[in-house]
Amino acid sequence: MIEIHELTKYFGETKAVGPLTFSIDKGEVVGLLGLNGAGKTTTLRMLSSDLLPTSGSMRVDGVDLVEDPEKIQSKIGYLPDRPPVYDEMQVLEYLHFAAKLRGMVPAKIQKRIAEVIETTDLGDHQHDRIGTLSHGFKQRVGIAQAIVHEPGLLLLDEPISGLDPVQIVEMRELIRSLRGDHTTVLSSHILSEISETCDRLLVIRDGEIVASGSEAELGSQMATRSIEVLVRVLHAAGRDEPEGSDFDVAAEVVRDIAGVAAVSEIDDEDAEVGLTRLRVQATSDVREELCRTLVNADIGVLALERSGKELESVFLELTGEDDSAEEGAGDDPYDDDASDDADEEEGS
Amino acid sequence: MSKVGLILSRELKAYIRSPLGYAAIAGVLLLDGILFMASPWTLGMPQARRLGGQVLYGFFFGSSGPAAILCVVLAMRLIAAEQDQGTLVLLKTSPVRDWEVVLGKFLSVMVVMTVLTALTAYMPALIYYNVDGKLSLGHILVGYSGLLLLCAAVTAVGLFGSALAKNQVVGAILAGVLVGVMYLLWLVAKISDPPLQGFIEGLALHHERFRDFARGILRLENVGYYLGVTFFFLLASIKTLEARRWR
Repeated sequence: MIEIHELTKYFGETKAVGPLTFSIDKGEVVGLLGLNGAGKTTTLRMLSSDLLPTSGSMRVDGVDLVEDPEKIQSKIGYLPDRPPVYDEMQVLEYLHFAAKLRGMVPAKIQKRIAEVIETTDLGDHQHDRIGTLSHGFKQRVGIAQAIVHEPGLLLLDEPISGLDPVQIVEMRELIRSLRGDHTTVLSSHILSEISETCDRLLVIRDGEIVASGSEAELGSQMATRSIEVLVRVLHAAGRDEPEGSDFDVAAEVVRDIAGVAAVSEIDDEDAEVGLTRLRVQATSDVREELCRTLVNADIGVLALERSGKELESVFLELTGEDDSAEEGAGDDPYDDDASDDADEEEGS
Repeated sequence: MSKVGLILSRELKAYIRSPLGYAAIAGVLLLDGILFMASPWTLGMPQARRLGGQVLYGFFFGSSGPAAILCVVLAMRLIAAEQDQGTLVLLKTSPVRDWEVVLGKFLSVMVVMTVLTALTAYMPALIYYNVDGKLSLGHILVGYSGLLLLCAAVTAVGLFGSALAKNQVVGAILAGVLVGVMYLLWLVAKISDPPLQGFIEGLALHHERFRDFARGILRLENVGYYLGVTFFFLLASIKTLEARRWR
């Protein structure tokens, strides 16, 4: 359905996205997950043909989006982060306009709009002026315009942003109900929204995909890489007293292990006196080597376990926003001070 | 062309619904009426000196100002308002070409201006009944044609200003400044030397170009000038919209 190859977008000298390479199969619901400024909106804008890429190719159903956008635009539905609605129009009138704009056959429009009104639960408001609707209902109208022409590909940019808890639940159900009829790509920085509605996640950071897979796959992948160790640094008689805290001693030993990327101290108020809890982040499974090295260095290993992380933690680590990682002295491969706010800066 | 009609019809419905649209049209008609009844160039002229052709000239010349201002007011929001309220993305991501968007919006202003112009038809009629001398139908037709051609050119310039802007305020300023500069080029011409003087004067949007129409003189070069300015700025608006896809 979608094939993206080496897609990049620069705004002036600032890189917003790329290089991105991924493909999405027909019927899949894929979530673009990332912090603000990660490049989600820019990616969706390019996929919707609102924005041209600096380089790379995008194909939807085999049609090049840059070369022949008109050929494929009628098969794409796009809800930007702000619903593109005309406040002075009535809901029904607006949906008629959107359907005609996408080239729908007039004979089909009436029936399709009735279906869409039902799907989006806008029946009670179909004759209201859009400007009088609440944000939640405007968002529904935004979804309605995105699906009114029965697109094969649906792009939703932060569809739950700004909604109250009740509206979030309703919107989530609405997105779920669209499953099957459309290939859907939705972006969010709200993890629960992504994890509950998507088949697959693409985690974006600084415009690049840093991880891909289902929630379970990502969790398992990150758990192997992230290990919690409870240690006691032994101070044997006759040896020189080591410099620094127990954490410094243990971290120095651990950092020498091949594959270890970062070591941080977990602040555990309930820990027994003399025990230190470490979080070790590695690029491979280093548990055996870690245990052996610590013991050989006269550091007692009381517990060693993979981090049983929820998606929240995985997300934070992948996007480099994990506070605990910042506490440590290690070189966190996911940490990056440079925040790219290109999404916000370039406006719309 | 059906997409042009769709955009045109949406714009017209928006005008019909907006009280500001009615207020602007009423304001222009009121201004036209006051100028017509009181100006020394029209019915305010002493009875003894009134001649049909002169009064008609005064009417067309006087009504060109308020009409041009209304064109700027209507044009300045055409693209900038879409950008402001986030609806431009709907047009850009639909199978609609940029020229269809620009043309649909341009024509919507022209429809309003044509209706407005038609509503001033009672003024030439009043001249016919109140002023001595002959009143030529050709003069009236040429004058109204000139008025609409001027409106087309001003709207196109305003539309270009609107396409450049990211919001309505900036759109208004850009459209106003662009039209103002093109209007005042005859002043620049005054302080220039030949051959530059003739060239700059020839570019001025109103002044001598419109005076010919107001006098009932149809010159092809003047028609060509207004059509050329309209075409150039519509094309520039289309290219500006295309360029927006890069940012």
